[in-house]
Amino acid sequence: MELVCPAGNYPSLVKAVDNGADAVYIGLQNETNARHFAGLNFSEKQIIKAVDYAHTKNCKVYCAINTYPKEKSWARWTNSVDQAIELGIDTLIVADIGVMDYIRSRSNDFPIHLSVQASATNLHALNFYHQNFGIRRAVLPRVLSLKQVSQLAKTAPVEIEVFGFGSLCIMAEGRCYLSSYLTGQSPNTKGVCSPAAFVDWQDKGSILESRLNGLLIDRFSENENAGYPTLCKGRFEIEGKIEHALEEPTSLNTMDILPDLHQSGIAAIKIEGRQRSPAYVAMVTKSWRKAIDHTIRSGNPVPQKEITALADLAEGKQTTIGAYERSWQ
Amino acid sequence: MKISVAAVPYFWSKQTYLTFYKKVALSSVDVVYLGETVCSKRRSMKLQDWLDIAVLLADAGKQVVLSTLTLIEAESELNYLKNIASQKNYLIEANDISAVEIASQNNNNFVTGTAINIYNNHSLKKLIDLGMKRWIVPVELGKDDLSPIISFAKQNFIEVEYQIFGRMPLAYSARCFTARHHQMAKDRCQFICSEDEQGILVNTQEGDSFVQINGIQTQSAKVVNLINHTQSLIDSGIDIARIVPISLNDTLNVIEQLSMILQQPEKLNFLPDRLENQYEYCNGYWWQIEGMKYTA
Repeated sequence: MELVCPAGNYPSLVKAVDNGADAVYIGLQNETNARHFAGLNFSEKQIIKAVDYAHTKNCKVYCAINTYPKEKSWARWTNSVDQAIELGIDTLIVADIGVMDYIRSRSNDFPIHLSVQASATNLHALNFYHQNFGIRRAVLPRVLSLKQVSQLAKTAPVEIEVFGFGSLCIMAEGRCYLSSYLTGQSPNTKGVCSPAAFVDWQDKGSILESRLNGLLIDRFSENENAGYPTLCKGRFEIEGKIEHALEEPTSLNTMDILPDLHQSGIAAIKIEGRQRSPAYVAMVTKSWRKAIDHTIRSGNPVPQKEITALADLAEGKQTTIGAYERSWQ
Repeated sequence: MKISVAAVPYFWSKQTYLTFYKKVALSSVDVVYLGETVCSKRRSMKLQDWLDIAVLLADAGKQVVLSTLTLIEAESELNYLKNIASQKNYLIEANDISAVEIASQNNNNFVTGTAINIYNNHSLKKLIDLGMKRWIVPVELGKDDLSPIISFAKQNFIEVEYQIFGRMPLAYSARCFTARHHQMAKDRCQFICSEDEQGILVNTQEGDSFVQINGIQTQSAKVVNLINHTQSLIDSGIDIARIVPISLNDTLNVIEQLSMILQQPEKLNFLPDRLENQYEYCNGYWWQIEGMKYTA
């Protein structure tokens, strides 16, 4: 079972590699990837350095080109594909059918991993991408139960990668337009969700308000932990009640079910968080390396204290197994 | 420009669907999409019930398209999908790429729904090669995004359909938000979403509208309304104006108003007061801005 870790910049990549990642995933400095944040991602020079460093330590480098190009800006995506391949990237993580088609027009066998943004949640969807583009692996959206994931891992024509830890997207990825409804910018088109440029914090004395493009996402009293206003994790009013209408500010942690994932034949565990610090990447990578090695060696559950320690690093310091567990759904 | 009615996104009773489609059969709609697109647990209608309605509509001269589920996870959902996507009597609306796969394997033509991400000609071309006949534009694309794609679509005889009215489907989750709001488990939901004719409104704590929850689907709280801009859609090359149902009576009223306006666009305007319910409107995506914004 491969450990795939995030790197938003070169120092994070070094931390991921040094702490035991089998592969690191990165993005270019434009909207071709789903973490198009200011100050993040890799220039051409940095990619050369990154590939060189990772390869000397036997770690692979994947590049996410996983947003959806509009026709007018198509060339930016093909240029990014060309650049990534020429700079020695091992695998491209892709969502758009047109981009996959372009990669196959260049090469019959350059490795393609289907991005979570392609939202493939069943066997026939995976067959589609396998037959048409020869994808090697698919990253599954965070909407399937453990039973469904296990079933897919057994029957799919490709390797299966699942999210293990990090921010929890509760919608089928690639099919959520909530961010552009509010701000005009979405993961699909701009590689952003609830973009920072639209965030406004307003201190109203004992209450702190978070807004996205003017719309109130949440209100925090002084003793509350005020999280980033990701639009699906705020408190809203439904039928007279104020509640986390869609989801609480919680993170995904699947360490509890790691032996099950391993037994199902999952090929890789992905850690979310290219936007997080090098120190965070180091700690999470180290902890997951240890957990995976423990699972492969013993087949036993990961000790609870390891799992709890990891929860402290999570957004809102709250974690869940998410959709893997039916009761969450 | 032709008029279509999308599949009803909400969970209505069999009797309500029958009443609705009998009236749709008498309306000036050209294309009708039929079937459950949101949740496989909603079973007021069996496949045969939908097919009976399909006959009724086809006899009234409507083009019938069988819609399919959007988020497909379970084996049972795939089996149901196979029954629809491999039949030969009606065109299929593929809302997941698995439906494209099954339809193309059976040499069936298909329409792609809004949740199939086609944002450029290269993706469009690939799906045309596999049997696509009509493109229902993803909700977040607007007129400028469309212009280079529509000319390519026309060259390839692909019809272009754009949502002109109704709430937009904005997200799908494994979680049922309606059941959760009622503190029920999804597996024991007691079909609580059938109590809401058009979903449940979610507001900010200041009372601004945010989203509409409808089972596992999250819709825009505001209702798309481009009815006073039909000329802009026609000028852009949109072939079919899509109405996503709201309440039964209001949907029928919107169909009639749109049909009249398409006949006399210079003289007539949309009259919201003729609807039974009050709605907040939006159309920002068409104008390339935030989807929630509205241009009168």
